[in-house]
Amino acid sequence: MALQSLDITRRSATTTPSPSQRKTQEVVKLIDVSKCIGCKACQAACMEWNDTRDKIGTNHGVLDNPMDLTANSWTVMRYSEVETGRGLEWLIRKDGCMHCADPGCLKACPAPGAIVQYSNGIVDFQEENCIGCGYCITGCPFNIPRLSGKDGKVYKCTLCSDRVAVGLEPACAKTCPTGAIVFGTKDDMIHHAEGRVADLKSRGFAEAGIYDPLGVGGTHVMYVLQHADKPGIYHGLPKDPSVSAMVTLWKGAVKPIASFALAAGVFGAFFHYVTKGPNEVSEEIEKEFKDEK
Amino acid sequence: MKNDPKKLLRFTPMERANHWLTAIIFFLAALSGLSFFHPFFFPLTQLFGGGVWTRILHPFFGVAMLLSFGGMFFRFKQQNVITPADREWLRHVREMAGGDDRNMPEAGKFNGGQKLLFWLFAACMALLILSGIVIWRAYFSFLFPVEAVRVASVVHAAAAAVMIALIIFHIYAAIWTRESIDAMLYGRVRRAWARQHHPAWFRQMTGGEK
Ligand code: HEM
Ligand code: SF4
Repeated sequence: MALQSLDITRRSATTTPSPSQRKTQEVVKLIDVSKCIGCKACQAACMEWNDTRDKIGTNHGVLDNPMDLTANSWTVMRYSEVETGRGLEWLIRKDGCMHCADPGCLKACPAPGAIVQYSNGIVDFQEENCIGCGYCITGCPFNIPRLSGKDGKVYKCTLCSDRVAVGLEPACAKTCPTGAIVFGTKDDMIHHAEGRVADLKSRGFAEAGIYDPLGVGGTHVMYVLQHADKPGIYHGLPKDPSVSAMVTLWKGAVKPIASFALAAGVFGAFFHYVTKGPNEVSEEIEKEFKDEK
Repeated sequence: MKNDPKKLLRFTPMERANHWLTAIIFFLAALSGLSFFHPFFFPLTQLFGGGVWTRILHPFFGVAMLLSFGGMFFRFKQQNVITPADREWLRHVREMAGGDDRNMPEAGKFNGGQKLLFWLFAACMALLILSGIVIWRAYFSFLFPVEAVRVASVVHAAAAAVMIALIIFHIYAAIWTRESIDAMLYGRVRRAWARQHHPAWFRQMTGGEK
């Protein structure tokens, strides 16, 4: 084994199996929206650890800042003021890569090894292999990858794969002052989330629940939502995300079949020539025109 | 002699230049595009200086192809209007492919198959440019909703595969029909060749003799 503490079990644009001998536990970052106070410590910690610095933007009259994910802001807090049965609620969701078990970005990527998935479930971009086509943006059901105008590569949350590989928790989880972000094995996190959901239900949030959408095989970033029946109110969190049928069609079996068909066409042409011979001027016509030769 | 004036002029120098320019750019666009089509073809990026260069260059090859193909389209469009005789020709195409041309209706400058191919090329080109712009991430994709980019990705890949298949057919048809590559290379064809493959055109060019 190479000097690496995590195997890569899935690799973009690779048709043979990746190392899958060893088994690792799946990890999850659990974001408890009901505990988040919107302080953005996680946003700052992310930039600190990953050495990214976004441009100073302009104030849009809301707390969201920056207004969207960028190649330098891999996580942003999304603030929504929503009227629910309980009156006006301020819902704050930490947005970023969900680390899908079946990632649409990885499926779409044409560059071998530009997107990988580690055995613990983390989905990571390897920018040195990225060609900048943006197919991952087309494939992502959560609108996460951002193409950098500076180097033409895409960036997104790494789930601090470098920290996790050496047994640390992600920078955002480390820094969260209210414990709204916790990190651990998927089993532990589901257990913890269930406790949180039960607590919320006992306090009148009848529809509280866990967000771990099965359409993408489950995710390695999960939310505890007060209103799990309406994820859309959390700044458009998709209700039943899945890799678009168009992307599945685009990246599906039709392509290898079409490639074979093209090759078969070339062979077919050759054998047509061998069996039928060329389409030449007939003897009679040649005779008629023999003066021309 | 290649340019014996007794031979019939089939393609003018500008038509030939335009054709071969289009052919060269097509190969650049198709080989660079194929490298993203399936991992099997990714090594083709080495022809263009690696993955990033291939990604940068491909759409520009596509636009160059549009310009060159567009020139051909307007040059040849009138000559490719499909007539009832061409439809009849297409109905007998199996016999032709089997090597038996006795029942084939007389072809004009272009036969029914060539004309159909011409319009299919034009349709593929139109689909490729329209979808190609939508998936051109560096400059245009941000103008379109992601679902449109997804549809365009499918359309682009499908139109490209069809166009490549048509070109394979086109090249083979040119090899199969002896001397037709010479026609595109040197412009003139032997009268016997014209009489054999394009009898109606032959009569038109020779003022009805034979
Ligand atoms: C008409 C202008 C064209 C434009 C603007 C265009 C643009 C693009 C773009 C932006 C991509 C994504 C990869 C990249 O970013 O480089 C692409 C992929 C591709 N292009 Fe084009 N292209 C054009 C014409 C063509 C032509 C003439 C062919 C040849 C048949 C072709 C074949 C392909 C193929 C096979 C792919 C890969 C599709 C896939 O990933 O499924 N394109 N094109
Ligand atoms: S932009 Fe990079 S990571 Fe995204 S699909 Fe293209 S090569 Fe893969």
